Amino acid sequence: MQELINRAKELLESGEVARVLGWKAGDLPYNPEPAYFEKAEDLKDFVYNGFCGANLSKYMIEASKLEGKTMVCLKPCDTYSFNQLIKEHRVDRDKAYIVGVGCKGKLDIEKAKKLGIKGIESVSGAEMSDACDTLTFQTIYGEKSCAYADAMLERCHVCKGKDHMIYDEIIGESRDTKDAERFAEVEMIEAMSPAEKFAFFQEELSKCIRCNACRNVCPACSCRKCVFDSTKFDSAQKANVDSFEEKMFHVIRAFHVAGRCTDCGECSRVCPQGIRLHLFNRKYIKDINELYGEFQAGADAEARGPLTNFTFDDCEPSIVAERG
Amino acid sequence: MSIETNEFRPKIVAFCCNWCSYAGADLAGSSRLAYPADVKIIRVPCSCRVNPMFILRAFEKGADGVILCGCHPGDCHYTTGNYYARRRMTLLFSMLDYIGVENGRTRVEWVSAAEGVKFSQTMNEFVEKIHSLGKNVRLGDLRCKN
Repeated sequence: MQELINRAKELLESGEVARVLGWKAGDLPYNPEPAYFEKAEDLKDFVYNGFCGANLSKYMIEASKLEGKTMVCLKPCDTYSFNQLIKEHRVDRDKAYIVGVGCKGKLDIEKAKKLGIKGIESVSGAEMSDACDTLTFQTIYGEKSCAYADAMLERCHVCKGKDHMIYDEIIGESRDTKDAERFAEVEMIEAMSPAEKFAFFQEELSKCIRCNACRNVCPACSCRKCVFDSTKFDSAQKANVDSFEEKMFHVIRAFHVAGRCTDCGECSRVCPQGIRLHLFNRKYIKDINELYGEFQAGADAEARGPLTNFTFDDCEPSIVAERG
Repeated sequence: MSIETNEFRPKIVAFCCNWCSYAGADLAGSSRLAYPADVKIIRVPCSCRVNPMFILRAFEKGADGVILCGCHPGDCHYTTGNYYARRRMTLLFSMLDYIGVENGRTRVEWVSAAEGVKFSQTMNEFVEKIHSLGKNVRLGDLRCKN
């Protein structure tokens, strides 16, 4: 982390960048928040540890409109989103100085809490320089610990890889964290009967409080005007949402980013109700891969998205019924 | 004919493209080909105009089945519209299947302006299919029900 701060200081002092976009400590030991640093002395608050899950690429949309360059810290998975935003002309590559930061898997405090670790006062073992094998928590009930992998975000278990797709320089080491199959959950649901599927999603989505956090955090959801803000759309407010509208919201939300979603997993990370929203996005990704060829959004900034493209011999929609 | 109040009459929404399928429906009508009155046709400029939300909204408002008809691939009035619609609908139908909506409730059929027979056949088949699936209970606005 010190290396990162030193480099940020250098860039700020030389005037090469006007601001640094990174993370600062939050009010709890496990919730660092995205922050801008405009002066070298402010960097004392800078943090980068296992809890810095936030994808900063979406912040670059606003930062691209500001005077001067912004140094932005992007994890390997965030660089996919950044590439995708370049493709959509939402960010300005020339306004960004991209520091690819290493990633040893990001943590989900809810998972630690589920392991019975409560009343957390401080955490150690999550710094970038640590081995990231065990997490040690100082809690009001004494010291507790758990394996790093047990508290990792779902998305890190199915990591796309630790290579940065776009960067100006790389600071920090990464460690491979993939230990599960990306589409395993989707396949499990696909194997259910229609009634079971319906019950599963009914249960999952009835938790939705329509806070719009998933939409607001999503780097692909960057429209200035959003369909969900329209007063003509029935699920604009929770007050008039019924069981179907919840599904409609999530199906449409995922459809709007289909072919552009890089599977960064931010939607599931921020959901205050713990809805596994990536199940929708991943279903679209799986279908696109199966029907239109392997496609990873954001792997480069040029390839045409699968939904803005076609071939003459695409399958017919009846394939959905045929493959069962 | 007596009015059977208990008999299930499905509500079917058919989105028809202005240039082919709507003319196909017209031909079916002027050729005196029968197709069920349960089919309500909505004319759209191109099959590509159909936003996935249209389909969801139709279900929400009580449709039991939704069918999209457009020009045959390659014959689109706007050259490529139906190719995009084809990809979109494939993904949407797959998603509806994934959340537990029976996949027989949605369908895409390419009907040209000369295919009045195909139009009436398709609609007869589709209505029969929805009949066998029964009322759409999984989707739909629950507030409208008693």
